[in-house]
Amino acid sequence: MALELRSGNEACAIGALRAGVRFFAGYPITPSTEIAEYLARELPKLDGTFVQMEDEIGSICCMNGATAAGLKAMTATSGPGFSLMQEGLGYSIISELPCLIVDVMRGGPATGSPTRSSQADIMQARHGTHGDHPVVALCPWDVRECFDLTVEAINVSERLRIPVILLMDEIVGHMRETVDLPGEVDVWQPNNPRKPPEEYFHYDDDNNYDARIASFGEGYRIHMTGLVHRKDGFPTNDPEIIRWNLDRLRHKLEDNESWLWDLTFEDVGAETVIVCYGSSARSAMEAKRQYESRTGRTVGILRLRMLWPFPHRRLISLLKSARRVIVPEMNQGQLNRSIERTVSRDVEVVPVLRYDGEMLTPEEIVDAL
Amino acid sequence: MTHSSLPDGRVGRHLDRYRLDERFPHILCPGCGIGTAMGTMVRALEELDIGQDQVSVISGIGCSSRVPGYLDCDTFHTLHGRAIPAATGVKLARPDMNVVVFGGDGDIMAIGGNHFIHAARRNLDITVFVVNNRTYAMTGGQYSPTTPTHEKAATAPWGNCERSFDICFMARASGAMFVARSTTFHVTHLQRMMKLALTKTGFSVLEIVSQCPTLYGRHQRIGDAVKMLEWFKANSVDVSKVEDPWSETERFVIGVLHDREEVPPYTRLYGSVRDASQGKGKV
Repeated sequence: MALELRSGNEACAIGALRAGVRFFAGYPITPSTEIAEYLARELPKLDGTFVQMEDEIGSICCMNGATAAGLKAMTATSGPGFSLMQEGLGYSIISELPCLIVDVMRGGPATGSPTRSSQADIMQARHGTHGDHPVVALCPWDVRECFDLTVEAINVSERLRIPVILLMDEIVGHMRETVDLPGEVDVWQPNNPRKPPEEYFHYDDDNNYDARIASFGEGYRIHMTGLVHRKDGFPTNDPEIIRWNLDRLRHKLEDNESWLWDLTFEDVGAETVIVCYGSSARSAMEAKRQYESRTGRTVGILRLRMLWPFPHRRLISLLKSARRVIVPEMNQGQLNRSIERTVSRDVEVVPVLRYDGEMLTPEEIVDAL
Repeated sequence: MTHSSLPDGRVGRHLDRYRLDERFPHILCPGCGIGTAMGTMVRALEELDIGQDQVSVISGIGCSSRVPGYLDCDTFHTLHGRAIPAATGVKLARPDMNVVVFGGDGDIMAIGGNHFIHAARRNLDITVFVVNNRTYAMTGGQYSPTTPTHEKAATAPWGNCERSFDICFMARASGAMFVARSTTFHVTHLQRMMKLALTKTGFSVLEIVSQCPTLYGRHQRIGDAVKMLEWFKANSVDVSKVEDPWSETERFVIGVLHDREEVPPYTRLYGSVRDASQGKGKV
């Protein structure tokens, strides 16, 4: 038991180190900078590497390079930097480089409100990079979860060979709480041995999720490209292989979503259920308490810890008796639409939206209840 | 993937080693200079006895950037302009590997220009081969940052009103430790320059002036590959024969233009950061 007062940004950086991250490439941007500052101090002590690149494009490409050479790597940014990283994110996806991208959300578009909070990058995380692609995005609501979901993000990314996005926001990033962070965490390890170079294909369907992948400098002579490629990594225009390559990426989530989905819930049998995530879920929890003590009626709450892939089927079964669903968000209604598409037509979906840079208050949610 | 073994008689058969035969025929046009640059690089690696598993060749997007796709070593075909940041990640993760960036003038000097100057400033210990054919050939011959003023291109049908970059001058001004230039006509010279660039510690840049008869040559009405190579020959001068290589504007000055030692490579500089963080010294 070692209690410490930590911010969400620090907890994220600590979680990354405990999960084995030894490489960080980034560019200063509010409100994520404390992650870079923490790692600039701590990584060299562990013989790791911190590098401050010339921009966010360089940062994500540098991180991809370190990953290709076998290190667990990450970057951290905010909305404008995340916009610059979108092409590099696509590269991580198609060349199947596991990594962690932290986006501490602030107001947008463009420079927006750098020192204010927002949850307006939900759709950027899903659709920011071009082309059909899978996306995994996690969203913590307190300091401890910044630590836990960083570890989970790294484990999922290693296991599925996919970049994972951690969608924090200014409130959870800068908030300080007393936490007891575990000194050791479960780190995912592949079960199957790696094939010898003669039999090895970098994108082998038999080698997808549970074998150790070769890295540069190990004698496997890998070719990686952002072009659509064959299982040996070399580019092709063969329509059948293009389809195979894109299906391979799609199946990463389709085949694994049941264990991937990460959410918590309470009283979801109630007529009214709040579906929430991130820092606005804190206000939702308080709204539930206030409303219940005032009226004696129960309100359900369902909090998404993983936003993408969106847990459609899980939500359908959990919300089957709900008549009203309240969706508080600090944006103009980004996740509301996914929830509208999920629940049946006779369920009323009530958005509670705030996008003035201020925190969504419990009272605003109580008013909607 | 094929993994050809080291042939007994190395000299003359070097291409058996680094080349991925199953990837041929390549996509380059007849008469293109990039094949010459690639073959010469393989000969240079062979002569230096750099093993296939000790080198990573990294590129962005463009004709020159397709070269890693024909090599049997760890190869990284990254995004347009992003070979140098990707190489930064690979080199910092594996300082023991020889990291070579191979790309064109558009890729490295335009979209990747910012990364180029900052990698030079950091003195990242990599070798950068810039194949300068003065055009965006992959997309059909648009003007690049090295297309000379007044010349024509697909996007400069009335003539190019912009000035061009001198790649070597830019490299030197940004802090590169080694800067040289050669052409695809001067193949033995090119091989010598490549070997010097590959063995130099620190950020090393070699500009390879190369012919693109299909697009650049056609737009300038120079003629076929042979005519372009003759033009390189007629318009080149060795660095030893000019007073100031940086003020020569009419001819290509070839040879080592800049060679210095004063800054340690970035991997060693960052080592001093690790030492300081572990109480073993100062940065």
